[in-house]
Amino acid sequence: MAKLLEVKNLQTSFQTSAGVVRAVDGISYDIEEGETVALVGESGCGKSVSALSVMRLVSEPAGRIAGGEIVFKGRDLLKLSGEEMRHVRGREIAMIFQEPMTSLNPVLTIGRQITEGLEIHLGMTPEQARARALELLGMVGISDPQRRLDQYPHHFSGGMRQRMMIAMALACNPSLILADEPTTALDVTIQAQILELMRDLSRRLGVAMLIITHNLGVVARYADRVNVMYAGRIIERARAGELYSNPRHPYTLGLLRSVPRLDEPRRTRLAPIEGQPPDLTRLPPGCAFTPRCAYRVERCDREAPTLVPSGGAAHLSACWETSRLAKEQAA
Amino acid sequence: MSDVLLEVDNLVKHFSVDGGLMGSGARVRAVDGVSFAIRRGETLGLVGESGCGKTTTGRCILMLERPTSGRIVFDGVDITALDHQALRSVRRRVQVIFQDPYSSLNPRMTIGQILAEPLEVHGIVREKAARAARVQELLVQVGLLPQHALRYPHQLSGGQRQRVGIARALAMEPALIVCDEPVSALDVSIQAQIVNLLEDLQSRLGLTYLFIAHDLSVVRHLSDRVAVMYLGKIVEITDRLRLYEKPLHPYTRALLSAVPIPDPALEARREHTVLRGEVPSPLNPPSGCVFHPRCPIAVDRCSAEVPQLREIGSGHRAACHLA
Repeated sequence: MAKLLEVKNLQTSFQTSAGVVRAVDGISYDIEEGETVALVGESGCGKSVSALSVMRLVSEPAGRIAGGEIVFKGRDLLKLSGEEMRHVRGREIAMIFQEPMTSLNPVLTIGRQITEGLEIHLGMTPEQARARALELLGMVGISDPQRRLDQYPHHFSGGMRQRMMIAMALACNPSLILADEPTTALDVTIQAQILELMRDLSRRLGVAMLIITHNLGVVARYADRVNVMYAGRIIERARAGELYSNPRHPYTLGLLRSVPRLDEPRRTRLAPIEGQPPDLTRLPPGCAFTPRCAYRVERCDREAPTLVPSGGAAHLSACWETSRLAKEQAA
Repeated sequence: MSDVLLEVDNLVKHFSVDGGLMGSGARVRAVDGVSFAIRRGETLGLVGESGCGKTTTGRCILMLERPTSGRIVFDGVDITALDHQALRSVRRRVQVIFQDPYSSLNPRMTIGQILAEPLEVHGIVREKAARAARVQELLVQVGLLPQHALRYPHQLSGGQRQRVGIARALAMEPALIVCDEPVSALDVSIQAQIVNLLEDLQSRLGLTYLFIAHDLSVVRHLSDRVAVMYLGKIVEITDRLRLYEKPLHPYTRALLSAVPIPDPALEARREHTVLRGEVPSPLNPPSGCVFHPRCPIAVDRCSAEVPQLREIGSGHRAACHLA
């Protein structure tokens, strides 16, 4: 399958009073057409910033994309003018955020918020745009769309607002949707509704998706491939099934062992990752996970490992001790 | 001494929304006839989605809300009937851990002062030097260092702050701790640390927990028994094993099915029941069984008749006509 998006050695940093934070520190990943890829990690690991970088929505001047390439359909987005980028944003790549209420305009009707993009990006007449908006609301499962189009965001529940966001994201038939914690603010039965809807639509319309989440369960249910991030870097990448059954990085292993599973037969003690996530203004020279790592050796303090194949060409891990870990897991 | 530490009997808490004597009388039925008991040393999980009444139930047990009706019997005494003075001694023995430790810790006090204050106010440790020693002991007990006493809340991480929240609850030497979403604001790797700490403290100090949360995996992990709430009512209550293996109420089944398990091979095999619609307003709950508009198996009877929470297996109760 063709590569839709290729992120190469992306670096995004922020100037803060405490020093420079390298929120995204040289990450590379790709997404194929129609594929669902996940970026997983905990708060501050850089997963959201890497999506904002793709959209070139990193807030300047504090934030800055310091290097790398973001190749989308053969073009480097970082080389586009502001005007050219506006044609990509919303039309070819759309984004869904965690909290729909803060990303919808409270003083515009839902209809206007959907039709605006259609008129600007696709040059539709107001009548055409309204007809398309009606169709979109139907697609995302909103009943009585005629009436709903003239209502405001506060008339809708959280789940309904997220459906609106999905309708807006799909409006211009994008080929990629970046979904940043799309269901974290929602109740679990509503989360299930929204995720099933997203999967359904992405399959039916052939839209590729980047799901950004901290929830390992959501990843297991919906993603084809997974990138695990820690302190601004991707530390492991694999197909979803492979990552869960055969983790090759101590952090991934730690994450999997620290979540209670709904299906655990007996109460087994959780194995948390000890210590705290690192301070991004003072990262150690070697691997950022070293202080919390059960597999650390002397080399880890000095030298940061790079992402290299570990058990098959499609399974990558950034760990000096990955083969020891693999051997222990197999035993 | 009775085996049961807490008994909640037909607890009702309604809030009037347009308030006052002249109001139209619209009422939110936040908790609408909830009954359960917790044995000493046991953890009862209370799980449900936003607005199901789980937090209000907890707040009534803490007597932070006056129940509209019903009884809350703690250690043999109905605390809803107590006056202010008598409540004080009960309050000592029923403590709480909140979701967001940052907003429940005074930013201008050091951790040491935060922990010493209740010891002084309640006259638990009267001498200053002894109080300082007790503070150190509490810090160590929750996995912090004695020198953390000198820090301010903003100097700690989220996980450390939650440890302080736990230490403050322990300071009162409680019998029962109401844990209201104690790990949901924390990162995955830190959640596990706090979950383990709660388990350790329970076995070391013989604590009883009411564990309120929306995350079914965490609730099931920590609890001996679990009560599932929906729109102000308990729809099912059973032990942790049967909850997963033999759920009887269609809402419990849907809730279980909605929780993704971190195992792609298993997820590919699992059946995913997606509920239609959303939770109705507690201002105007549906007739009959409150779950019937969303229920995949509802029959005519369900919209007409309220199902009672009835015993179906030993220690397993469900409120469903079809269970």
